Amino acid sequence: MTEWKKRDLLDLQHLEKEEIELILETAKSFRQVSARDVKKVPALRGKTVALLFYEPSTRTRVSFELAAKRLSADVINIASNSSSSSKGESILDTALNLEAMNVDLIVVRHPSSGVPDVLSRHLKAAVINAGDGCREHPTQALLDIFTVKEKLGKIAGLNVTIVGDILHSRVARSNIWGFKKLGANVTVCGPATLMPRCVKDLGVEVSYDLESSMKKSDCLIVLRLQKERQQDSFLPSLREYAKLFGVSQSKLDKASQDLLIMHPGPTNRGVEIGADVADGCQSVILEQVTNGVAIRMAVLYLLLGTKGVN
Amino acid sequence: MTPTNKILDQENIRRAMMRIAHEIVEKNKGIDSLCLVGIRTRGAVLAERLSACIKAIEGKTVPVGILDITLYRDDLSMVAQQPVVHETLIDFDISDKKIILVDDVLFTGRTIRAALDALIDLGRPATIQLAVLIDRGHRELPIRADYVGKNIPTSLDENVKVVLSESDSKDDEVVVIKREQK
Repeated sequence: MTEWKKRDLLDLQHLEKEEIELILETAKSFRQVSARDVKKVPALRGKTVALLFYEPSTRTRVSFELAAKRLSADVINIASNSSSSSKGESILDTALNLEAMNVDLIVVRHPSSGVPDVLSRHLKAAVINAGDGCREHPTQALLDIFTVKEKLGKIAGLNVTIVGDILHSRVARSNIWGFKKLGANVTVCGPATLMPRCVKDLGVEVSYDLESSMKKSDCLIVLRLQKERQQDSFLPSLREYAKLFGVSQSKLDKASQDLLIMHPGPTNRGVEIGADVADGCQSVILEQVTNGVAIRMAVLYLLLGTKGVN
Repeated sequence: MTPTNKILDQENIRRAMMRIAHEIVEKNKGIDSLCLVGIRTRGAVLAERLSACIKAIEGKTVPVGILDITLYRDDLSMVAQQPVVHETLIDFDISDKKIILVDDVLFTGRTIRAALDALIDLGRPATIQLAVLIDRGHRELPIRADYVGKNIPTSLDENVKVVLSESDSKDDEVVVIKREQK
């Protein structure tokens, strides 16, 4: 198995296939820690992790916090609305101040793409990207890949379809990089107005017909329709979107019974996914959440163990 | 050329394991609520062998678990690279059981300290006993073995290498290797 040498986890675009596999393999061992009565191991005793979130988040933030705590690290939470950033302090200054207090690792989420890279260039502390703008959300893609691998036994050769607002989705971008590197065939599906130009350059198929894509897929990743990013009239109406690109039970009935249904959360029930589909037996949405903690434990463990630099 | 010294061969190891199995059964007055837990990698192999020996004596199978102690090591903050974590595979409840912890070589005692912490996070065993193939001395912690295959007095510039067919795909042996002077 390969050794982990990177100091930061900024994206999947620049990870090697072997590095992704190492994270997945390590996560397998960490999953059982969360399943025990005593959900804690002393591996990161004495380390300090700061969660710096400039966008709202429940799942990702709690997942990182639990992951760090179950490894015995100390965690501090900083949300943009209650911190000095509301007084005008830049995120780099905030991060440098955290580092001055000997924080070992900073998990950052920010509405602008590239913020984690900027922090990583200026900090000695390790940096994990927990979602930057429309660019990447690497740990989400890692937990998606982990879940598919657990369920279907492999990644190479699988047909993975990502449906929804591809244009604004960092989850889609990270998943495209990750699944492609491990040898899956990726199709992106959505309205033409929400499809990035040149998306084919990433090596994916483009489809505007959800039903036919579902029939060919082993796994369907349903993206949240980001209502907060729809002010520029990308869509005629939510109802039309739900009709054409919402994953309803009737569409699901026409696809394979083994099709895995995934969603990074939070779900807009009745918009991109039907409630019966989200709660149905083909949905692994809550398993994704469980696996998310294990993936984040693996990443924290690997990053805080290296003393190298990128 | 580094000087090596073969301490045990396949037959010696087999006899040592059989004797330890008898001692375990004798000391615990049978095999009620007895469980074997081997420390990855070679301790797990030896635990399987001990279980087979005990089955030959008592006619009943003793459950075997595998313990990975990586996350409990006390040198994690000192090593340059995080060691690879493997799964702990213990599919029985260890609470109120008599646990025989199995490892290949007892040296500083730090591995056993980590294993004790890891075990206690999984439940509250009635007792924990320690069985090792080799005790080479040089303890850094107050830990001793209940069952020992062979005591080997060593110096600190020697390595004890245990080869087991299941994990190393070579014939069993134990050799002492003099470390090369730098």
